[in-house]
Amino acid sequence: MKRRNGLVRDLAQNHQLIVMFLPVATLLFLFCYLPLSGLVIPFKNFDFQKGIFGSDWMHPLFNNFDYLLSSDAAFRAVRNTILLNVLFIAVGLIFEVGFALMLNELRNKYFKRVTQSLTFLPFFISWIVVGVFTYNLLNYETGAVNRFLEWIGAGPVDFYSEAGLWPLILTIAIRWKVTGYGTIIYLAALTSIDNSYYEAAAIDGASRWQQIRYISLPMLRPTVVILTLLAIGRIMNADFGMFYAMVGDATLLFPTTDVIDTLVYRSLRQSGDIGMASAAGFLQSVVAFVLVLSSNYAARKIDRDSAIF
Amino acid sequence: MLTRRFSLSQAAIGTIVLLFSLACLFPFIMVVSGSLSTENDIVNYGYALIPRHVTLSSYKILLLGSSRIVDAYVISILVTVIGTVLSIIVNGMGGYVMARRSFKYRNILSIYVIITMLFSGGLVPWYIICVRYLDLKDTLWAMILPPLANAFNMFLIRNFMMAIPEDLYESAKMDGASEYRIFFRLIAPLSVPVLATVGLFVALGYWNDWFLGLMFIDKQELQPLQLLLRTLVSNVEFLKSSSNAAAMQQISATIPSESIKMALTVITIGPIIFLYPFVQRYFVKGLMVGAVKG
Repeated sequence: MKRRNGLVRDLAQNHQLIVMFLPVATLLFLFCYLPLSGLVIPFKNFDFQKGIFGSDWMHPLFNNFDYLLSSDAAFRAVRNTILLNVLFIAVGLIFEVGFALMLNELRNKYFKRVTQSLTFLPFFISWIVVGVFTYNLLNYETGAVNRFLEWIGAGPVDFYSEAGLWPLILTIAIRWKVTGYGTIIYLAALTSIDNSYYEAAAIDGASRWQQIRYISLPMLRPTVVILTLLAIGRIMNADFGMFYAMVGDATLLFPTTDVIDTLVYRSLRQSGDIGMASAAGFLQSVVAFVLVLSSNYAARKIDRDSAIF
Repeated sequence: MLTRRFSLSQAAIGTIVLLFSLACLFPFIMVVSGSLSTENDIVNYGYALIPRHVTLSSYKILLLGSSRIVDAYVISILVTVIGTVLSIIVNGMGGYVMARRSFKYRNILSIYVIITMLFSGGLVPWYIICVRYLDLKDTLWAMILPPLANAFNMFLIRNFMMAIPEDLYESAKMDGASEYRIFFRLIAPLSVPVLATVGLFVALGYWNDWFLGLMFIDKQELQPLQLLLRTLVSNVEFLKSSSNAAAMQQISATIPSESIKMALTVITIGPIIFLYPFVQRYFVKGLMVGAVKG
């Protein structure tokens, strides 16, 4: 009884703070907590009119999952999501660390600033615009790449029907868009390394290469490990914006580019197959939850400050 | 003394960095050039870095001949401005409450916020809640409210505010200031660096967003610019269905389909390119803040 009074008094005393928190609390409740109740949708025979709780239960309960797991499209989407993410993470790591090391070596301040600004620029535009850029370069009739291929006598390539090339094309597009952005964090870590390490190494006769190998890289290791772990935590989530803007409805490219997020989107908005979409989304949410928790736990073990929570 | 020894590697590194920087710039130049080219040149010679014949007809068609573009521009600006202002106020207050050390329940609130970073219902439930229960379909709010409260931004703000000495809060409290007053008059002005950074990221997000439009907006006249660009890329002919198609016909009998796509792209990224030189360093700073303490 006394405890309850204490609580009531605390809240009354701090009612202004509670009012200030109310907007955030409401928004998070509506857009993050309420959708959690929708996790029952794959177990229901969802009817839009009847709503989430009004809809009847599925008979048998796991029907949507059985249907999903027996479909080739779902298997393909899971495979593509994981493989492409692994590819993006690995290539990204090499490019970003490499580019940060190179920028760090440059001595001309002005040149460094200008090039850093230019490489950061693509981060600021949407994937829709990147999709237009890509189309400019790759389309069959007027694309710059095809013009070039014609010019060297290799003939035009119909990129928008060559599924095999798209993991490469998407990787290049991502690197183009976010290398400058990703470099910033590594560059910050590099500039924070105490100069005396390098001076001592130089006195001992270490070459610049050796200094990078034995000082810069080891100092970058914690940042690398943590950013990679956090990326692995999101390995089941594809960047819907990129896939939808770059590939869109080009069905011919789906064998290598259809990912869980695009599959769910199509099932939801185009084919209207809410059962399958929600089942796929459910599995994705569960796996993502486990991955985020474990990768964050691992990141925390390595460096307390770098974990998200 | 080391300069000479490494001049060769300096040159090599400089070249690689320069080439990559130019590669980052190249598509932008090509789009601008394409938007100024005549349709014939694009069809006959492909996209080039410098237009052979300069024409402004694509821009004329877009800005004078089609009310859609202007509508979409207004929608995008409204969404960006309202979204950013609300975001700073709402997340700023949220961060402030979580930063108040004397508030006993701030940790419970932090957990309430953190959970949203962990659990996600996924796309389908989120969509159904927004459409079936919150009735957001075909409203401006559908493009503003869903991402408004953001756990990551709130923690960024909270961490900054926690570095402000607690005495400051307490002495203001002693003077009889209300929490609202402490936040708006004292803490928010002191937190301008973090609020500005968050605001810039949020503004960029709203301007570049088309996902929310794709999900919730079917009405043509509510489409934001980015979504319109996507529609235009897949189907130029839709411009003809615009209300003042007659005016468009007067400017050009046929729609220059390729260069008009480029012109709309330029119009879409214009504000960003224009503001980029001024705001770039704040983004870099913000990233470093996030990197040091996430």
